[in-house]
Amino acid sequence: MEELLTSLIGENILAYVVLAALPLLFILPYALVTVWLEMKVSAHMQDRVAYMYTGWHGIAQPIADILKLLQKENTVPTAADRTLYWLAPFLVFIGMYAGFAAIPFSVAYIGSNIDLGVFYIIAVSSLTVIGILMAGWASNNKWSLFGAMRSVAQIVSYEIPIALAVLIAVMITQSLNLQEIAKFQEGGIQNWVLFGGPLPLTQKLLLLPFTFTAFLILFIAGIAEVNRTPFDLPEAESELVQGYNTEYSGMKFAIFYLAEYANMFLVSAITATLFLGGWNSPFGDFLSGPVWGLVWFISKGMFFIFLQIWIRWTLPRLRVDQLMYTSWKVLTPFLFVCIFAVGLILIL
Amino acid sequence: MSEPRVLPTDYVTKPGEFKTSTGKTLRTDEMIINMGPQHPSTHGVLRLEVVLDGEIVVDVIPHIGYLHRCFEKHAEHMANYQQVIPYVDRMDYLASMNNDWGYALAVERLMKIEVPPRVEYIRVIMAELNRIASHLIAIGTYGIDMGAFTPFLWCFRDRERILDLFEMTCGARLLYNYIWVGGVSHDLPLGFIDKAKDFCSYFRPKIKELNDVLSYNEIFIKRTAHVGVLPKDVAINYACSGPMLRGSGVDWDLRRDDPYGVYDKFEWGVEIGKGEKGTVGDCWDRYMVRVREMEQSLKIIEQALAGIPEGNVQSAIPKRIRPEQGEIYVRTESPRGELGFFIMSDGTASPYRVKARSPAFVNLSVLPEISRGGMLADLVAIVGSVDIVLGEVDR
Repeated sequence: MEELLTSLIGENILAYVVLAALPLLFILPYALVTVWLEMKVSAHMQDRVAYMYTGWHGIAQPIADILKLLQKENTVPTAADRTLYWLAPFLVFIGMYAGFAAIPFSVAYIGSNIDLGVFYIIAVSSLTVIGILMAGWASNNKWSLFGAMRSVAQIVSYEIPIALAVLIAVMITQSLNLQEIAKFQEGGIQNWVLFGGPLPLTQKLLLLPFTFTAFLILFIAGIAEVNRTPFDLPEAESELVQGYNTEYSGMKFAIFYLAEYANMFLVSAITATLFLGGWNSPFGDFLSGPVWGLVWFISKGMFFIFLQIWIRWTLPRLRVDQLMYTSWKVLTPFLFVCIFAVGLILIL
Repeated sequence: MSEPRVLPTDYVTKPGEFKTSTGKTLRTDEMIINMGPQHPSTHGVLRLEVVLDGEIVVDVIPHIGYLHRCFEKHAEHMANYQQVIPYVDRMDYLASMNNDWGYALAVERLMKIEVPPRVEYIRVIMAELNRIASHLIAIGTYGIDMGAFTPFLWCFRDRERILDLFEMTCGARLLYNYIWVGGVSHDLPLGFIDKAKDFCSYFRPKIKELNDVLSYNEIFIKRTAHVGVLPKDVAINYACSGPMLRGSGVDWDLRRDDPYGVYDKFEWGVEIGKGEKGTVGDCWDRYMVRVREMEQSLKIIEQALAGIPEGNVQSAIPKRIRPEQGEIYVRTESPRGELGFFIMSDGTASPYRVKARSPAFVNLSVLPEISRGGMLADLVAIVGSVDIVLGEVDR
């Protein structure tokens, strides 16, 4: 993609700007679709129909919502720290957007094909923590501060299981480059890391329970990382009003939401790439290629998005101490066992 | 007397506990935070002044009165006893039928009026239907407090059917003014009995559904079991009543222990908390008592629908109700507990004094006692499990 762009526009700054803006082409429509999907899925779970009047089954409603938010007044609390208050939503967005740079959407497109891709994403997505803490602090609202403090504690704790689960996939694929990891899993569903990757059969069978555990933990920790039920403590509506974004309105609020939804896809994409073969077709060479790869990748991501929505509207919320307990005393020890076992099996 | 409760004060940081790397002592301080009156989980305009140490609740001071509407004073200035009933409706607006009945019963006992048997049956059906509707809201909003949104809408869906029944009967969906002194405002409409029977058979599986998704959910149990434990003696000392008291394992239900209406003619049981998932008297017990009471109410309704006699729906009472000089206190079991009406008559057409003993107000008073030492999220769970209606707390 990079070569294609430079051959079209030439080696200049514009090519890089276009390249950098490409994920936005995906994120914006994706956010609209997911907002609609979330409303519809939750409504049908609750014996409702959700919005029906704006377009076919209310398909245009998210656009109307965005237009409404654009027109709203941007209020800033009098006692707020104005600089931080303005900066926070953008920092959250930057942290999320920078992560998309290393996501391989298809064999032909990855924003930046760096060798430390996974490591880079884990590192750069931590930037959102600072944004959230800034938002909570700058709002000068005790509830917001509570939300921010919870959020930081939560995201920092859950990065450990995420990193460890990622490590298991990395051990099997022997690469930190997400594009390489995806290529490693070519050749159909049986070669996905979830099923042990393209290794000898005995090794695959031995790996199976551990890759499954790591996959599940990565998914659970991913939900916690993006602050969704049952881990939505930072914005626990019934406890903290709205958490760190209580005082935000208008477009700044919309950016928080956009970042949250995009983050959902980011963790789904990482899970899909590491364990479900990324852009690979589940049928080997059938229906594969750059365009089909994109379709497969987005479908896998959306599958996880649907799971997240499903879980959100089913489960109650954990308490703060239970949240920490889950991370440090359940998920992390399990992953240590998995890492040890996977290491042993790979040496054999 | 049970053992004195040990509060988890270990959590509370002591002054000078935190030191920086240079050995300097960090100052820790308690934070006072206002929860309400505009807060999603105070269930109305209740203001809680919460003293927090980190996430640990050190103290809670409830401030009430935002919904005070001078009900008792208004009642004294009504032209007659009947006119008080719409005001009574607005006390506990989630269980208007039960409130109506409590007041009407007090006036009837004061005047020694006997009501026809059909009226008694209608009143039982209405009161129990309203008890289910009220408990559905308590359960649904409790789900929201815990972060589970779906059960809330399921509860509202089922409550809608009960409201349809009420609308069919008296035209109103929330504030009914249906149970009058000496009877009910008008007879059951055609087809009501069948529709109510349909509701009973429809609703029973829904309780199971609710249990599957919320009551026995592992996270929900973790959030509510062992939380906000209200021991038997504390509950009695604070004069708690209703599901609050029964959740603590006290077998006390006015429908059985101080009978009124025709409850003694039906077969039903009193549900008490047994501490299945945690300690007796924790939030889960209080919640579960409500769920099980809905099943008992269904039983009562089914029997009442089967045995309802024909007859008048108004007893012959004088047009101007003018009780003899005297006073009376009558208590009934509203969905929230012991709802008492004290009425003093000076022989004129309007009451000299009306005092309501509202269960939600009394139950709320125990809140600081049981929420100290818990976390902020526990406080939300406890407030939800008390099931207050601010209209009744403030009157």
